[in-house]
Amino acid sequence: LSAFSPHSPVTSEQIEHLHRRFKQLSRDQLTIRKENFDSIPDLEFNPIRGKIVHAFFDKRNLRQESDGLADEINFEDFLTIMSYFRPIEMNMDEEQLDRFRKEKLKFLFHMYDSDHDGKITLQEYRNVVEELLSGNPHLEKESARSIADGAMMEAASICVGQMGPDQVYEGITFDDFLKMWQGIDIETKMHVRFLTMETIAHCY
Amino acid sequence: LDYQHVQVPFEITLWIMLASLAKIGFHLYNKLPSVVPESCLLIFVGLIMGGIIYGLNDRSPPVMDTDIFFLYLLPPIVLDAGYFMPSRPFFENIGTILLYAVVGTIWNVFGIGFSLYGICQVKAFRLQDVSLLHNLLFGSLIAAVDPVAVLAVFEEIHVNEKLHILVFGESLLNDAVTVVLYKLFRSFCEMPTIKSVDVFAGVGKFFVVGLGGVLVGLSFGFTAAFTTRFTKDIRVIEPLFVFLYSYLSYLTAEMFHLSGIVAIIACAMGMKRYVEANISLKSHTTVKYFMKMWSSVSDTLIFIFLGVSTIGENHEWNWPYICFTVIFCLVWRALGVLVLTFFVNRFHVNTITGKDQFIIAYGGLRGAICFSLVFLLPDFHRKKLFIAATTVVILFTVFIQGMTIRPLVDLLAVKRKRESAPTVGEQIHIRFLDHLLAGIEDISGHWGQYYWKDKLEYFNSKYLQKILLREYDQPKSSIVLLYEKLERKHAIELAETGQLGRAPSHPSLLNDRAVIMDKKLEDDALNPHVLDNMQEILARNLYRTRRTGPAYSRHTLPGETEHVEHAKGILILRHKSL
Repeated sequence: LSAFSPHSPVTSEQIEHLHRRFKQLSRDQLTIRKENFDSIPDLEFNPIRGKIVHAFFDKRNLRQESDGLADEINFEDFLTIMSYFRPIEMNMDEEQLDRFRKEKLKFLFHMYDSDHDGKITLQEYRNVVEELLSGNPHLEKESARSIADGAMMEAASICVGQMGPDQVYEGITFDDFLKMWQGIDIETKMHVRFLTMETIAHCY
Repeated sequence: LDYQHVQVPFEITLWIMLASLAKIGFHLYNKLPSVVPESCLLIFVGLIMGGIIYGLNDRSPPVMDTDIFFLYLLPPIVLDAGYFMPSRPFFENIGTILLYAVVGTIWNVFGIGFSLYGICQVKAFRLQDVSLLHNLLFGSLIAAVDPVAVLAVFEEIHVNEKLHILVFGESLLNDAVTVVLYKLFRSFCEMPTIKSVDVFAGVGKFFVVGLGGVLVGLSFGFTAAFTTRFTKDIRVIEPLFVFLYSYLSYLTAEMFHLSGIVAIIACAMGMKRYVEANISLKSHTTVKYFMKMWSSVSDTLIFIFLGVSTIGENHEWNWPYICFTVIFCLVWRALGVLVLTFFVNRFHVNTITGKDQFIIAYGGLRGAICFSLVFLLPDFHRKKLFIAATTVVILFTVFIQGMTIRPLVDLLAVKRKRESAPTVGEQIHIRFLDHLLAGIEDISGHWGQYYWKDKLEYFNSKYLQKILLREYDQPKSSIVLLYEKLERKHAIELAETGQLGRAPSHPSLLNDRAVIMDKKLEDDALNPHVLDNMQEILARNLYRTRRTGPAYSRHTLPGETEHVEHAKGILILRHKSL
């Protein structure tokens, strides 16, 4: 906690609240593992549960140099992940806003790109759509696949424009991903309300 | 000549005919609607009509009867607004909307009321006999933003969705506050003494009126959804149920002195999802068309009557009072918006930029509701003064603010509506984000917006859908619905332009999901060359959907293309992986 960077500025009250929550989840241990997330009852019904939990342990989100998955995370890592969901501040300038937006989209990109190769392939996209629609038991798997295919084609047409009949679209890179999200104002949408952004980085 | 026999329906029909012909007239001359909003032109026509009637009869023309307005002219417009309200932005911004509607309106009422009372104290204006209570009563009817006027003006300027829903939502929901305050002050006028108990009763009444309206609306809405579950064999009267139940909810709420507008909105929003799943496609189109038609006619009639009623001897022109009313309306609205937005931004309920704030304040138009309420006032010796002031405020807001808002929007470069077609990818992303945020809220132990939304969805899928939907076994996610809609649309486009030249029922290319084909395609022989081409055509043309119109518009139906009638069936195509 002493190594608090301006990357994750949250107020001391919120830190306290999150710390309490962390202790609850970890059963008073210093770190949490994937299994600890099973104790949250409401999360069970979430269709993309797997991806969310995975995101907490993804080293790319934890700003660590290496790649792959961590086995366990401590409170600082927990806060780092939570800080991706802080709300927009009114007095941000253009550059800060752009960085803010990119950060959030990078988090999302990592969630879509499960094999960490920097591209969202068709298979990964299919996987996302299948998970999203998994709550509906009557939907055939085929429909989910065709929806994903259609969405991939849309993405191709946005990112690459008109493709010749022989061209193959390999996967959505991060830049393409940014283009796809252009219409949705993620800065205002992707935040959890109780996290305000005071620039004081209080140490516990 | 038996005129007496047919007089009433004949005159009503003539008025409606006049309104519709006026509308045709405006649209024939293309340039006009872009400079002058339609509402202004209609009031102008009304003024001319009023002048003619006055000149011919030499007495005041018929003033719009309050009952006719509230019982017949207002409900179709509000129903139309509620049924086509985009529910996602509405609920995302509901906190802000409620804040503006409730706190903002109260602020305006008391602000305008007290300041006008202050003006009345000035001896020079000869207004001393207008008591504080009368001023507050006047304030309560003039402070509320009018949904009809806002709709008429904002529809033509296409601002961004959030701004539109904020002003529009506020204008609809402030009815609850207006009803309570108006009735409260009116009853105070008649009571000899006012105790603090009465004031508290008034506050309590507000909650009853608002929540009661919502409850009445929802119960009628769910009953309507339940009824449509059984209408499979009598499709022809399905649209009727939508209208009957909504109108009943309005009338029932009015009967119990609750807010009719809130009731009808709750009814429309509550029943929409289930009714649309239950009724046939043709009934659906009928409902849409009739709603638009009725609300259009109502809207036109209201503005014309406003114009007609302005002429006559109903007014007492005390210019200082009138001018100060206009000034105070503007000033208090601006202040109210500024203060409330400050709190909204500070507590991160929403983020509203300065430009948006200006448009919200400037877009606070008054309209026919104020007009009708002022005629409902008990007859006391200063009533005509209030009528005159109301008329001037309405004319000012509709003409001056209505005409200048479009150039101002352009000048300030307010963020406009995004003119792009819906894509399946976007829908996927939005749903993904929904679930992600719900998950994060669960993890952090915070019961926020997404948590409750999730819970509501769960409740809906477990209980409500089972009761209210006819074919429960196939509830569809919004992603699937949008995908099917786009596929259908695209297939129809392709079929029409003749690009699907041959019947592609070759089993190796398409899976068993490809179903009903257009009759004319079946007759042609199979051509393998065309089959190969088809794959390529689909790959290149798929999802180049064309621009759809604005999501909500008085003049067009949402998501309509012109030529839908051609293809006889639904073509569901599969396309191979990339």
